[in-house]
Amino acid sequence: MNNHFILQTKDLQKSFSGIIAAQNINISVKEGEIIGIIGANGAGKTVFVNMITGYLKPTSGKIHFLGNDITGIKPREATHIGVCRSFQVSQVFMTMTVKQNLMIAMSLSKKKGGQLLLPLEDEKLSKECDKILDLYKIKKQSDLIVSTLSQGMRKLLDIAMAVVGNPKVLLLDEPTSGVSVEEKFGIMDIVISALKKSGTTVLFVEHDMEIVERYVDRVIAFYQGQVICDDTPKKALKNKKVIQYVLGS
Amino acid sequence: MFKGILKDQSVQTSIGVIFILLIFGSFILPEWMSNNFMYGMSRGLAVLGLMILWRTNLVSFGHALYYGFGAYAVALCQKFFGVTDIFLRLLIAVAAAGLLGFALGFILRKYREIFFAMLSLAFSMVLYGLLAKAEFLGSTDGMSISPSTFFGTELGRIALFNFIGLVVILAIIFAQAYLRSSLGHLTTAIQDNEIRVEYLGYSVEKAIHIKYVISACLAGGAGGLMAASLGQVDPDSMVLWSVSGELVFVTIMSGLGNILAPFIGAVIFEFIRTYAFEWAPQAWQMIIGGTLLAIIFFSPGGLWSLFQKLNFLRKKNNE
Repeated sequence: MNNHFILQTKDLQKSFSGIIAAQNINISVKEGEIIGIIGANGAGKTVFVNMITGYLKPTSGKIHFLGNDITGIKPREATHIGVCRSFQVSQVFMTMTVKQNLMIAMSLSKKKGGQLLLPLEDEKLSKECDKILDLYKIKKQSDLIVSTLSQGMRKLLDIAMAVVGNPKVLLLDEPTSGVSVEEKFGIMDIVISALKKSGTTVLFVEHDMEIVERYVDRVIAFYQGQVICDDTPKKALKNKKVIQYVLGS
Repeated sequence: MFKGILKDQSVQTSIGVIFILLIFGSFILPEWMSNNFMYGMSRGLAVLGLMILWRTNLVSFGHALYYGFGAYAVALCQKFFGVTDIFLRLLIAVAAAGLLGFALGFILRKYREIFFAMLSLAFSMVLYGLLAKAEFLGSTDGMSISPSTFFGTELGRIALFNFIGLVVILAIIFAQAYLRSSLGHLTTAIQDNEIRVEYLGYSVEKAIHIKYVISACLAGGAGGLMAASLGQVDPDSMVLWSVSGELVFVTIMSGLGNILAPFIGAVIFEFIRTYAFEWAPQAWQMIIGGTLLAIIFFSPGGLWSLFQKLNFLRKKNNE
């Protein structure tokens, strides 16, 4: 595996009781790239994200992160080495406030391990938390219980929670799904500008091609568990296979 | 962890209430009443342990395992090593239950809901079976416990009562410090979303294991103090499934809203039981059952939720 790349997969495959969900996935990702992963429903996008982040163990193939084999790693180990994710359905703590959610995430992030025994309402941690809430434009909602928030706000919180550990690679699974049209671009503007500032490598699954065109450096298209195109957004969205199997026209 | 803990309102209220109880129990109330307070406070430690687990949606139907294990550890150390010092007895009970909890925690931390509840019950029944059959542990007759000492001096009832009060205060301070820490807040976080906790880089099983050991230590301490108070340990009153059931009963009755609730609930339970025995010696269980039904129907959040409702109404009236 080439150390020049931050993340590489080699012949990655996943099958469920003989049904192949992903096969022969060979992808190389450079540090700082922002990559859009596209494909119709069931194309294998989320399976790919789940394999990288340890939610699913690949049936065969290898995943390398910074030159190290991380195939079959556990979710929390992925987080520890700097591979974090957000979810298609926001995975947040619904009965807690926005601030409590983020403060727990900050306390648990490996660089702040000693925070675990300190009171959650620690003053220093609270100030750091406010900065992040501000960056993700959810400071006004900080004292609200998460279950009362809009989908868009929950998505922002979900992503902010994934980012607090300063990941090297962040995988966002449909960051704008379930979000109103008005909120979509606002959310992506906030998220991408914050991630660009920190130089985080981002791979995000997306169905909205306007979002893909606007924010990514590169597009990887999936169809029936395989990569059918890996190119710049301009070229990828004009690719015949992508038009036929992904865009559906 | 303990930074600013004495400024915490729940801790301050708890210390105040326990102090008042100690003063009343030591100087004013009749012996049977202060005994009820003493037993209630001891048992409240085990209920506090259950409450900590319950906040993660884990209900243990077998916590008498640790309660009884702590009590028998005290009895065995007296029998084989002549230990009667109250500090040592408490330390032994807590350590023994904590070690057992640590060992069994590796199995139990993998289970949730009814499987967790029934597995903990199964372990407690194994211990019950062993104790009931073991001749050298007194079989079903149990073992007697000699009065506790403090640096060689025998402790009187009032001194023991005050010692238990002090232990309760320390347990409340520790439990509240834990619950308000980030690790303690994981209690609610795990209940809400285990996947997210894992993806934040922390092991859910580890967090549950820590919680389980803390809970076991509290139950063991409760058993040790009950053994010292009652002067007797036996399998039926320490380890049988009905003892675990009583602990769950008191937890439901108390509510999960505050760190003081388990102690208030446990003391009230002692009084309900005493009066139920007095008024209906043949049907006292019916009164206990009726009380539980009343709590579930009319105050499902437990007795503490009544305090919260009263507080809410008081604030509303003031506005």
